Amino acid sequence: MTTTTPTSPQAAAAARAVTTRRPAPRHRGYARRTYPLWFYVPAAIVFGVLFVVPTFASFYFSLTRWTIFDSEFIGLGNFQQFFSEPALVKGLTNTLVFGVVTSAGKVVLGMALALLLTAPVVARGYLRSVVFFPVLVSTIGVGLTFQVLMNPTEGLINRVLGAVGVDGPAWLVDPSIALLSVAAVDVWKGLGLAVVIYIAGIVSIPAEYFEAARVDGAGWWQQFRSIILPLSMPATSTVVLLSLIGGLRSFDLIWAMTRGGPGFTSDTIASVIYKQYQAGFYGLSTAGNVVLFLVVAALAFPLSRYFNRREVNL
Amino acid sequence: MHTTPPARRLRAVALLAVGGLALTACSAGSLGSSGDDSGDGVTLSMLIDNSEQSMVPMQGVIDAFHAEHPDITVEMETRPQGSEGDNVLKTRLATGDMTDLFQYNSGSLLQALDPAGNLVPLTDEPWIDSVDDAFLQAVQSGDDYYGAPQNQASAGGVLYNTQVYADLGLEVPLTWDEFMANNEAIKAAGIAPVIQSYQDTWTSQLFVLADFHNVLTQNPDWAEEYTANEAKYVDEPAFAGFRHLQEVADAGYLNSDFASIKMEAALDQVATGAGAHYPMLTFAIGPMVAANPEAAEDVGFFAMPGEDAGGNGLTVWPTGGIYIPKSTEGEELEAARTFLEFLVSPEGCDAQTAAMPPSGPYQVEGCTVPDDLPAAVEDMTAYFEEGNTSPALEFLSPVKGPALEQIMVEVGSGIRPAAEAAALYDEDVKKQAQQLGLEGW
Repeated sequence: MTTTTPTSPQAAAAARAVTTRRPAPRHRGYARRTYPLWFYVPAAIVFGVLFVVPTFASFYFSLTRWTIFDSEFIGLGNFQQFFSEPALVKGLTNTLVFGVVTSAGKVVLGMALALLLTAPVVARGYLRSVVFFPVLVSTIGVGLTFQVLMNPTEGLINRVLGAVGVDGPAWLVDPSIALLSVAAVDVWKGLGLAVVIYIAGIVSIPAEYFEAARVDGAGWWQQFRSIILPLSMPATSTVVLLSLIGGLRSFDLIWAMTRGGPGFTSDTIASVIYKQYQAGFYGLSTAGNVVLFLVVAALAFPLSRYFNRREVNL
Repeated sequence: MHTTPPARRLRAVALLAVGGLALTACSAGSLGSSGDDSGDGVTLSMLIDNSEQSMVPMQGVIDAFHAEHPDITVEMETRPQGSEGDNVLKTRLATGDMTDLFQYNSGSLLQALDPAGNLVPLTDEPWIDSVDDAFLQAVQSGDDYYGAPQNQASAGGVLYNTQVYADLGLEVPLTWDEFMANNEAIKAAGIAPVIQSYQDTWTSQLFVLADFHNVLTQNPDWAEEYTANEAKYVDEPAFAGFRHLQEVADAGYLNSDFASIKMEAALDQVATGAGAHYPMLTFAIGPMVAANPEAAEDVGFFAMPGEDAGGNGLTVWPTGGIYIPKSTEGEELEAARTFLEFLVSPEGCDAQTAAMPPSGPYQVEGCTVPDDLPAAVEDMTAYFEEGNTSPALEFLSPVKGPALEQIMVEVGSGIRPAAEAAALYDEDVKKQAQQLGLEGW
């Protein structure tokens, strides 16, 4: 190899000079296009074959009664059946509860932890990575681990509670709290990401604001209320949006921990759809996915527009 | 100075590359040589569910088969049980990516695979006449038979602890009222009368599924009426299964940890006498005895009690089948036929028996079971010998809803009353019937 010598500063400068001196192409309409059109073809093919075609195929198949072997067109029958499904009402409310509870939890706890981890505390870097660690672990692994930890009689959580004299609830098998138990684990797992977003938001606030506030005699709470909270609004909107969308399509954690049970008490739209797919009702579950797509879109688009407008107003 | 690190890196990359080449060369060579060693060796793959009672006996058959046919190698691949495994299987079948042999349920579930379109007919195999008619009907489509019996027939009923019965002076109940009276006495003695295990949701269905013999004794045409959308679970006699579970739950007869244990723990409870009754399929007897040797003596079995003692009898599940997909061709197909011939022979049965004690009679002529079987298996075999059996609903009607297990968990947990649950299940089966394109739905 003869090219291993480092590039000299002169050569680099010459290269820069060449690129800057070259006149920019000034064809009408193509003025700012860096690459010829056909450069986009490979990406377009991949996108078309893997995303556009299946999406439109799924719109079609949602209108059919579809075994894997053949399909029969039945119009809107699947949607009618999907909406008359009793598990769906439960699933829909559960999905909303799960989405709202987890995003609220991530906003509040994420903000609190981010405040702690931007303050001058001991071992800050270590603590930051510890908080982020659960994000890196596989969701199924987390679900199965907590399923063991939350076992009402043998689980570590209730044993510890028992040791201090508290009779712990039957986390995952009590119909009234099963969904909330899963939501709590989801917050634990997703918190790291929210914290990182908030840390980024908080450290990007110019230090002058805090100095000015301190000169004016603002206390800790006033600084938080009047500087950090409004100026980290972009971070809040990102966290809310991400966790709401994640919460609405949440499936893996719920499936690993309760399989929608006991009975149907922790079913969400996604787990209802999965069970229909499992049962071989391919058309019906495709219709469910179309519905889920529309629900998520209907919630996410206005929300993101709302947040974007607020950011501009700030 | 500047040149050393990249050069060293380059050397490392080169080493890796050469190493990789050497490795591939090595594996290619060994593959070739292993083929040479065994002459015209054929390797068959077989997809089987990952339950112990499927895998262990089949491994026994495979080992015995290898000893007799050294030129054929059979490799087992496993899949999950239940509907998750169904998906794996159906997808592989639809994409032509199926193993050379595979195991699957017989009865109505098999019909969903479209046997005539996807499977190799076995009607002309030499062993077909030695197989029990009840099994052949369960693997029939049109005029052809498509499956070989996997192992033994099983049945649904109640496993009970005979020590508890002896201590309390109880007798095997023939009617539901006697059963409830026994439960009362058992509860008074401080033992959990009925065990449920809702972490394995499918185990909740036994009150309904194993009650089917009682449904048939009251209405022999129930299955046909059900398929034709005329008979419903909200009405008696079929409603009894839902009602029974609610009665047991309302009376406080369930074990305290019913919501959080799995089947293994439930089997332990009935084996050790911590609980008295466990509604279950008999295939569980083998694993139960393996985990608790004393259960061979201490656990008996009786049919799900119904309304009157005269109609008492057992609901039976014919064994699953081993099938050959149409994608298996040439010498693999010949080898697969040879394997099935061995499986459906007294040697094949004996190899299974040696690997795991049978949990019921074989459905193959000439196959015998040993005398020292667990008490529960002997209790079950007695029903077969008296001819006091009916096939489970899934062998008579293709209509089975996917949500029965969750619905029954709700009944047992007190979330939904039995009448509502039965109505919900009637709605659930409608989807299945429509998907199958049945008349009258």
